[in-house]
Amino acid sequence: MSKDVVADLKRDHIAKLLEKGIRTDGRKFEEMRPLTVETNFIGSAEGSARVRLGDTQVVVGVKLILGEPFADTPNSGVLTTNAELIPMASDTFEGGPPDQESIEVARVIDRGIREGHAVDLDKLCIEPGKEVWIMFVDVHVLDYDGNLFDAANIGANAAFKTAIVPAKRAGKGEDYPLPVKHQPISLTAVKIDGKILVDPSHDEERVADARLTVATIENGNLCAMQKGLDGAFTLDEVFKVVDLSRRIGEDIRSRL
Amino acid sequence: MGGTPTDLKLIDENGRRLDGRLPDEMRPLKIEAGVLSRADGSAYVEWGLNKVMAAVYGPRECHPRHLQNPERALVQCNYNMASFSVDDRKRPGPDRRSHEISKIISEALTHVVFTEYFPRTSIDVYIEVLQANAGTRCAGLTAASVALADAGVPMRDLVASCAAGKVADTVVVDLAKEEDNFGQADIPLGYVPRTGEIVLLQMDGDLTSDQFNKGISMAMEGCKKVYEVQRDALKRRYEVRSAGTELEVLGAAPAKEGM
Repeated sequence: MSKDVVADLKRDHIAKLLEKGIRTDGRKFEEMRPLTVETNFIGSAEGSARVRLGDTQVVVGVKLILGEPFADTPNSGVLTTNAELIPMASDTFEGGPPDQESIEVARVIDRGIREGHAVDLDKLCIEPGKEVWIMFVDVHVLDYDGNLFDAANIGANAAFKTAIVPAKRAGKGEDYPLPVKHQPISLTAVKIDGKILVDPSHDEERVADARLTVATIENGNLCAMQKGLDGAFTLDEVFKVVDLSRRIGEDIRSRL
Repeated sequence: MGGTPTDLKLIDENGRRLDGRLPDEMRPLKIEAGVLSRADGSAYVEWGLNKVMAAVYGPRECHPRHLQNPERALVQCNYNMASFSVDDRKRPGPDRRSHEISKIISEALTHVVFTEYFPRTSIDVYIEVLQANAGTRCAGLTAASVALADAGVPMRDLVASCAAGKVADTVVVDLAKEEDNFGQADIPLGYVPRTGEIVLLQMDGDLTSDQFNKGISMAMEGCKKVYEVQRDALKRRYEVRSAGTELEVLGAAPAKEGM
């Protein structure tokens, strides 16, 4: 991906407003942008959701096909997460094979849902060592205004809730709902001039010093984290983001 | 055109198709212009069970550089299907089919864009098929024209697109998935209603010359209906509010807290 150029003027503008406790879009530091989730948006997918988080828009599609399990987990289905940062979504995204940024987005989303046991993969086993369901979670970014991590995570959780295992089509008995276990919700915050802001917009991401994504499950336990960018966090700041993740995660979970 | 499964009746005794349509009846079509914030222009099309998004960036610097034309802009279209858009997951990324579709859509759009106004630039059109149910190239071209207009790219006219085909020896308009899979012919058409020009035309299958004539005129009638929906989408997007606030354009991007 080509790097965005940020005008110093814009950087100053954002920083000056933050000094007064204001974000450029009028939000409070700990406030998410408006969130809308539309499930079962794609009929050809086994589960799907279209998520709008402010101006960021992603579609998450879940597909299941039959396949072989990995040798080291013969009793578990296989989870594969893929993110497409297509050029439609931003003038800085380019076509072609996934670049570092798409891979990071896909891996952070994958980590949240895998480590948080969003789906009970053991229940996706048909014959141990021989045949299991391979679950593809495909994230298609349509409009990029920052914080793909959380938009895609919310989309994946919403899609799982409505997904159906297509057993009948594959001649493996009756269809059944995807075995959902937990709802690991992620929250991403950035640090700009020592201030912590949740759900960064594109401009905020571009001027941020550091970024932290924290995923939590229902009981408040942590299941995945990722720190990004070249700035640093203090321990107190990390605790603060963890706290925010629990609190905001609970709210998001209740709305899915 | 595959063989028909013996139990599948594409047209019933009453002349109705699988989804209850008559031969000259189209699937419901909905178009919305200006749906994305980052793109210069965008449009979303729901056509039957097809869901297609188009975005336009540009005119902007042309990449790759060697394609730059010192006399005109290049219209570069990229047609892409989401991996979850079809029943069997599609491997992400371009294949031969999408390369071909990208090319013919680029050519169709180039004809209507005043490319000579923007030498050395590229106008990039991205078409994303989110859900596919036959006719995605027509839906894509239809969406792309609206997105170009939404981006303010000067054009001679919109391109409207619609297909006709033959199922169970009957010529029908706007084929749905089963009709495409098990039908006998398919003719996608891209049409410029104001001038009557044909800018995209393909055909596969088997047609007598009478059937072809009938098919193409049905597709053309379809395009004219599509054109009305395209115009309506743009009018809704750029409607001017009457009471007191004459200059306020409803669809204009909300002024962001800028610099």
